This record gives sequence, C-alpha cells and structure tokens, in this order.
Amino acid sequence: MELQAVMMAAGGGSRMTDLTYNTPKAMLPVGNRPLIWYPLNLLERVGFEEVIVITTKEVQKMMSTDLKLKMDVKMKLDFVCIPEDEDMGTADALRHIQPKIKTDILVLSCDVITDVALHEVVDLFRAHDATLAMLMSKAHEFTETVPGQKGKKKAAEQRDFVGVDQSGKRVLFMANEVDLEDGLSIRKSILNKHPRMLIKTGLVDAHLYCMKKAVVDFLTDNKSISSVRGELVPYLVRKQFSKARSSPKPKDDTDEQSQTKSDNSPNNELLISSRDDRLLQLAQERSCWNDHHGDMSEAYHGGKLRCYVHIMDQGLCYRVNTIAAYIEANRLVPKLLFEEPAVHPSAVISERCQMGSDSMIGALCHIADKTSIKRSTIGSSTTVKEKVRVTNSIIMHGVTVEEGCNIQGSVICSNAVIGRGSDLKYCLVGCGQRIEDAAERTNEVIVGTDQLMEI
Amino acid sequence: MRLHFCKDQLLLTRLQSETRESASRGRNTFCVPLALTGSEAASGMMADKVETDESDKKAEIERSKSEGKELTKEEKQRLRKEKKQQKKNKEKKDDATKPDGSSVPPSQKAPSSVPAAGADATATSDKAVKSKVELKAERRPRHDSDRSSKQGKKRESSQQQAASAAKPKVPPSELQPVVKRLPEHVQVDDPDVVKKLAKKLERQQTPAHAEKIPLRSDYGYKVSLFSHLHQYSRKAPLTQQVGIPSSVIHPAIVRLGLQYSQGIVAGSNARSVALLHAFKQVIRDYTTPPNEELARDLVNRLKPYISFLNQCRPLSASMGNAIKYIKKEISNIPNHCKEDEAKSKLLNCIDCYIDEKIVLAAKAVAEIAIGKISDGDVILVYGCSSLVNHILYEAFNMGRKFRVIVVDSRPRLEGREALRRLVQHGISCTYILISVVSYILPEVSKVLVGAHALLANGYMMSRVGTSQIALVAKAFNVPVLVCCETYKFCERVQTDSFVSNELDDPDNLIVTRKGKTQLAHWQEVRSLGLLNLVYDVTPPDFVDAVITELGMIPCTSVPVVLRVKSVDQ
Repeated sequence: MELQAVMMAAGGGSRMTDLTYNTPKAMLPVGNRPLIWYPLNLLERVGFEEVIVITTKEVQKMMSTDLKLKMDVKMKLDFVCIPEDEDMGTADALRHIQPKIKTDILVLSCDVITDVALHEVVDLFRAHDATLAMLMSKAHEFTETVPGQKGKKKAAEQRDFVGVDQSGKRVLFMANEVDLEDGLSIRKSILNKHPRMLIKTGLVDAHLYCMKKAVVDFLTDNKSISSVRGELVPYLVRKQFSKARSSPKPKDDTDEQSQTKSDNSPNNELLISSRDDRLLQLAQERSCWNDHHGDMSEAYHGGKLRCYVHIMDQGLCYRVNTIAAYIEANRLVPKLLFEEPAVHPSAVISERCQMGSDSMIGALCHIADKTSIKRSTIGSSTTVKEKVRVTNSIIMHGVTVEEGCNIQGSVICSNAVIGRGSDLKYCLVGCGQRIEDAAERTNEVIVGTDQLMEI
Repeated sequence: MRLHFCKDQLLLTRLQSETRESASRGRNTFCVPLALTGSEAASGMMADKVETDESDKKAEIERSKSEGKELTKEEKQRLRKEKKQQKKNKEKKDDATKPDGSSVPPSQKAPSSVPAAGADATATSDKAVKSKVELKAERRPRHDSDRSSKQGKKRESSQQQAASAAKPKVPPSELQPVVKRLPEHVQVDDPDVVKKLAKKLERQQTPAHAEKIPLRSDYGYKVSLFSHLHQYSRKAPLTQQVGIPSSVIHPAIVRLGLQYSQGIVAGSNARSVALLHAFKQVIRDYTTPPNEELARDLVNRLKPYISFLNQCRPLSASMGNAIKYIKKEISNIPNHCKEDEAKSKLLNCIDCYIDEKIVLAAKAVAEIAIGKISDGDVILVYGCSSLVNHILYEAFNMGRKFRVIVVDSRPRLEGREALRRLVQHGISCTYILISVVSYILPEVSKVLVGAHALLANGYMMSRVGTSQIALVAKAFNVPVLVCCETYKFCERVQTDSFVSNELDDPDNLIVTRKGKTQLAHWQEVRSLGLLNLVYDVTPPDFVDAVITELGMIPCTSVPVVLRVKSVDQ
C-alpha cells in the first residue's frame, strides 16, 4: 500500500461557535450534505478504499445515522474516537494512531472543500521523495456580508508568509505574522542555496498533507509538538536547511542552540533510511539531473529532507472554518455537485413558487405557494409556508418558516422556528431558536442563553 | 553491388514518386537493407557494403524500399500460386545461389532482422533461397504489365501497401520465415496498431485486480517523418489515470515511472540501476499466491509494470537487457525452492548484476581508457555521460594532466551538469555549445563519448548530436573513442535515426526570454512542427574504437561479443 488516508474530524470549529455549539463542525450542512462528505468524496474519487477518521463519539454517532453518508460513501471508514474533554491537537491525534500507521500518510481536515487534482500533490511527494507535500490555494475575498458582524471587516491580521523557490514547488520558509515580532528574517544559507525566493501572503492552506511514515514516528518521540499546521509543518520546513551533524555540536545559529539535543536525534529519524540506500545513491550519482543550476552543489543541495507545495491557481479550494467561509462555500458548492439535481426529488414544491436556478432544496421539504427562493440553500425536512421571501440565505434542516416572512442574507440553523411576518436581514439564528412573530432583526446573532454562558 | 544499382535503376524512377507519397507514412522501416544479420557481418561482407558513398546508399535505400513494397504487394497476389509452386521449386533449391541474388536476402531479411538474432538467418537461408528464385522469376514479366496499371492504382495501392506492410506478413512461415512483427512503438501512426496496444494493455491486468494499465495519449502535432513514434507531454503524466494509493501497480514502480517521465532519473546507467532497485522492492513485497509457482507468477506480475514504465518513457536498451536477465533468473528458479530462499536468491542476483555489469565494468573501462589518456591531452566530451565522467575522475586522480572541453546542446543542456561535476573534482574545463564545435576541434586531441546502446551492425546509438561531433571529428582526423559497458550491447540493427527513436516533449524547445515566449501558441500554426529528438545513430566509420570492459574493440566486433555472451549464458 502506498498511502493511508487520515481524516481529522475532531475539530470544534472554534471560529464559528455560533454555528457549531449544537452541531459539530464535521456535520454542518453545506449544500445539504454534511461538511465531511466533501473531503471523503475527494478521497473516494481518487481511488482510496479506506480512511482512518479521527473524531469524537458524537460525530461518529451522527455519521453512522446520516443517510447521505451511508449511501454515497463506499469506502471503509475506520473510526478512531478521542475523548472530548482532552484538548488534543492534530499532531497529538496522529501520535494517538501511530500503531495503525504502516505506510506514508495523507492527512486531511474535514473542513476542506476542493476539486484539486490530487495527483499533483502526490506526484510531488513521489517524484522528489519528499518528506512533506502540501496543498495551498490562492485566497479569494469573501464578498458576502457576514451576519452578525458589526462594522467593517478587520484588516487581515495573522497573515501567513510562505516562501517558495523559483519553480514555485519547494517550500523554503513558512511563518505566521504572529510569530514574527520584529520582521521577517531569512537565513543567509537558504538564500545562498536558493537565490530567488518568492514570498506569498495571500494563500490559503488547505490542510492537506502528504507525509512520510518517519514523521509520525518522529512525533511519537517528540511529545512537545501538538499541532500539525501550527508547529509540525514550520518545524519541517526549517529542518530542511539545518546542518545535519551526527554528533551534537553547538550550531552557529543562536536560535538552534537551545534545541541542539532534541534536534539531533530526530534528525537521524527524519532522514530517509531505506534498506537500499546504496542503490538509490548510485542511481542519483549516475543520473545527469539537477534541480537547480548555477552553483557547485548536487541535486537538492545534498539535503535529505524536502518539503514541497502545490499552489492551485484555478479551481475551488475552501476551508470552512469561519462563518464567512461557510456562507461562501454554500454559494459555490452547487457548481461542484453537478451530478445531483438542485431540487431533491422528494421535496414537495407547489407550482406557484418562484425558485431561482442557483438554489438548492433538500429532501422532504414543503414549500408552499407564493414563495420566492433565490440563491439560497434549504435543508431537508424544512417547511416554508406561504408568501415567504428567502434571498441569499442558508436554512438548515427541520426549520419552520411561517407565513409572510422575509429572510435575507441570513443563516438559520436547524430546528429553528421563524414566526409569522418576521423580517430578518443578515441574521444568524441559532439551533432550536424561536423567533417571535413580526420580529424585525438586522445584523444580529440570535442564540440561546446557554450559549452565551460559555463565553 | 554496382550491378544491382544499374539493373534496378529502372525501378527507381517509377518508384521514387511512390516513395515520396509513402515517405510521409514513415515507411523507412524498409530502408534497413544494409542491415545485415550477424553472421554475414562477421564474414566481413558488411565492411564493403557500408563503405558505399552517400548517393549509393540513398539509391539502395529507395530500391530496397520499393522492393519491399513490391514483395508485400506481390505476396498478396501470389499466395495461392506459390502454394502450388513450392512443391515444384524444392528441386530448384540447389542451383539457386545466383550472385546477384545476394542483395535480395538482405532486403527480404530486412524487416525480419529488425528484431531477429543472427543465428536464425543461416537456418532459414534455404527457404529464403527458394522464395528468392520465385520472386525473381515472377517479377520480371510482371514489371512491364504492372508499370502501366500501377499509375492508375497508385493511390489505392499505397494505402494497401501501407496497411499490409504494417500488419505481420502473412504467412511468415512459408515465405519469410524469420519475419517478425514490427515493434508497436514504431507504428504509432497506424490506428490498428494503436488499438492493438490498447487491447494488450487491457489484457495485461495484474492478477489480483481487474484494472488495466492506462494508455498514455500522444500530445501535439508530430513531424511527419517521425509520426510513427510516440510523443508525450510532461504536463500530462500517466499518474493522472492511476489511482492514488496505487494498488494496481506497485508504488515503487509508479514512483520510478514518474521519475523517468520527469527526467529526474536520466542517463542509461542511472535508469537501469533505478529499475533494478524498484524490482528489488517488488520482489521483497511479493508473495506467491496459492496454487501458483513463483517462477511463472512473478514474471507475469512484472509484465504490466514493464508496460507501465514503457508508457512513461520508452525503455532503453540497457534496461531491456536488465529485464531479460531478471526474467531469465526468475524462470530458472527451481520449483522446490522455498519462497524466502528464492527471493533472497533473486535479490542477490540483482546485486551481483549491478556490481558486475555497471560498477566493476566502469572500473575496468576506466583502467583501459586511462592508458589512452596522456599528459597534455585536450579531451572533448559531449553531454553528461556517467561513464566518461568516471573515466575522467580516475585519470585525474592518477595524476594525468589534461584539460576537458565540454560540448553542450539544447534543449537538455546536460553539459552543465557534466561541467559542474568535472570542475568540482578539480579538472579544468572549457564549455561550448555544439554550434561552435568545428572552431574548437583543431585544439582537441581526442574525443570521448558515451553510448546509449551499441547495435549489432556496429552502429552506435547515443544522445542526439553525438553523430554530428563524430562526423566533424573525423573530418579533422581526431580520434573518437566510445565508452560503453557490454550490457548496453543490443541485438537490434539500425542504420538511421528515424526508424526507432524517442520524441521528447516538444514544449521543452520553447524558451521564454524577458517574459516573451515566441512559440507560445505553436500548435495553432498549421505549418509548424516542433521536433525534440533524443537519440541519434552514429555509423562505425566515424568511431575509432569502443572501450568496453573486455578491452578496446572495433565497432564491428559487437556481434561477436553478443555471440560470446549468449554462448556463456
């Protein structure tokens, strides 16, 4: 077997608590399917036959009862439940499943919706014998108004700086703005090896990583790393250029000195140690190929650890971890799912309903007369009574919308009830909430009192 | 030789017009007339024939091409008649050795000798003689009658000929006993053959899974002379069609195929070593299914992998020999051998092969070559050959004082890598492009080139540009030494670079300077074709000696070495 797929579905959705306090992030409906369906579908299309899903018990229960998942997903899902109360980071989760890992792994997050040709990422991993291969995409500005956001959107803080080499494939530098206090510093040795570096800031990390098995083994020894994206990946990118020494010697760079002891043992582990290293070495010596030209060093500058990235400039790639992203994803997902009809066959829609072509209606819905639904997504088992106007909104399952309502640019979570004649503009109505009749709300987040207590 | 030329000059004028038509179909498969089989070469006949000058060669090529066409067309007409006549002609067999018939066996055997070994020719010469007689007898009266009718039927017949030429000769056993099919990789322009290849890939399923090896599609417009070869694009790798956790094809092989198609593993030796390394991993991960024998099943398991690698990049001669060796070793495993034992034996064999044929051979070649390098030499090398580089390192380490001129050519620019390695070692080098090689040659004392393969008729196949350098060096009377290990000797025969070659991605020829790419939309220009050849063939008269681990031998001794090797095994 070449690659094992690992899906991280235990995340809490900390940046969109209003949506996720009742529904786990993995099961949020996007285009009337649970969010986790999209990465699972990507894996299935490409040819994976089994996936290890790291999740909580709650999500596992919901997933096993969800019809869509049971029908569409033909892969074998191997659930690994982690206890909810422990605060496990993604790297901790990988450490937890280390006994199951037999080959190189492909780590995915449950909230990535993309139509990337996965072989592009995996080919980089295979061809260059890389330790890490990741996927990134050019970020798109979110144009929709986010309900509940007061004032203008804050300037993008916490940017990610990614430095790639001239070919655009090799990652040389990765840091978050938060970690850079007085500026971006790049080691001279890196610049000597790669004189042209492109630093990009407008990239979205799709949280899709192809990693060697040795990395997982390394994690079991280094218990200090708890997050893949936050700690492991920058560590690996930095390690590409550290001087590999067999005996612990004080290194020249001051920031490495403190880690000298811990660095050396993992260094040996991260190095490729295949049984036929001699033959590979011979083949590389005899091959007349070099990845760079102009200096006197051999291919890859003799480095054994390599990190590659595939940057998508066309196509969809979204990480649904904020409300804005969630709304945007709902808007664009119908384009992905062209094989499914926009209106579920079991929905009951009266003839005098005006439905736009870019709306999606879920199963077992009842849409009454004189309603107008434009650019919206309506979940399953929802009832929409007469004379309702729904524009640009997302309505989840089990919602009841009484007559005469006007819903615009809002997100209505499951099992909510919108009273007669209400007018909601850019609101977020939490799960199970009841909006009284003739209410007029604009730009508000309406959640239950128990949610408020958690903050 | 001259006799034939005059006699058949009549044919030339008539058939030149036909050949022009069918030249677009790449029918140069028949211009292998001078490709003699090994036995004749050994007898020295080849030496005379090879020394004919350019115009003769061209005329003979056309003549034999026409003869070949005639044969096929006539075969179709004569099949029924000959079954009757065979019985009669068995008596005529003995007095059939006419002197001017000697050129006919070459042309008849031409298509056959492409993949055939020399040994077969002697055994079947009797049968060939018999058919020779018939052909001669029947052709003459028919020439006049056919000539007039041919004008009218020209178009029809050329298509027919092409189709019949492409298909295997029917029935081979009766007329041309040694004729084998043309290899599929040189018949890409024939849709029937492409369909056959697709079917063959479908049939070659790995036993456990019912998926087929994907077929890689050609890219872009191909220059008409080379339309019979594959041309792939680097941007459309075969891995697009293979599932990601590749269970059909072993991951080591997928990785290898990807590295081949992207050029990360390039160079004859490197490719062979990488191939054997991948096979070692395949053998390690192999388990014999129940009710199967390791010897047979493992060979069948390897077949789809080899087709996959062939699709990624056409196999080199050295790789072909390595594969033959492994298959032989696997089939020779006795039945009573336990699986672990058999596997460790095979792994051992592979290690031995690499050590003997590549590593030790390189050492031996270096020793012999150093004897030819003297102080004060100026050595010209072309491109990046691992063996030549090794020789130069060894010579430098032994203390010889020489300098090197590295010649490079686009689009691969492999000379840069050779330059880097030599300079890193301490050798003083000069770097030029191939366009100025004639300016620099007066300074050069010898030329050292590496080879991709050495063919059975003494021709050398190497990176495109080598034959050019050999030609210019010959004009300047500079000795040309070819360094080649014996495992690259190939039983194939070729005299030109068209029949069997490799077409690289044409987009590699595109250059972007200051943001401007002139050839960005070359596909839209109807009259423009980009050709990126990889190999070319150098005739033996430009090569002064071949340095192998067996010593310094002349080019014409290649078939002797092959024969000795096959006797050994």
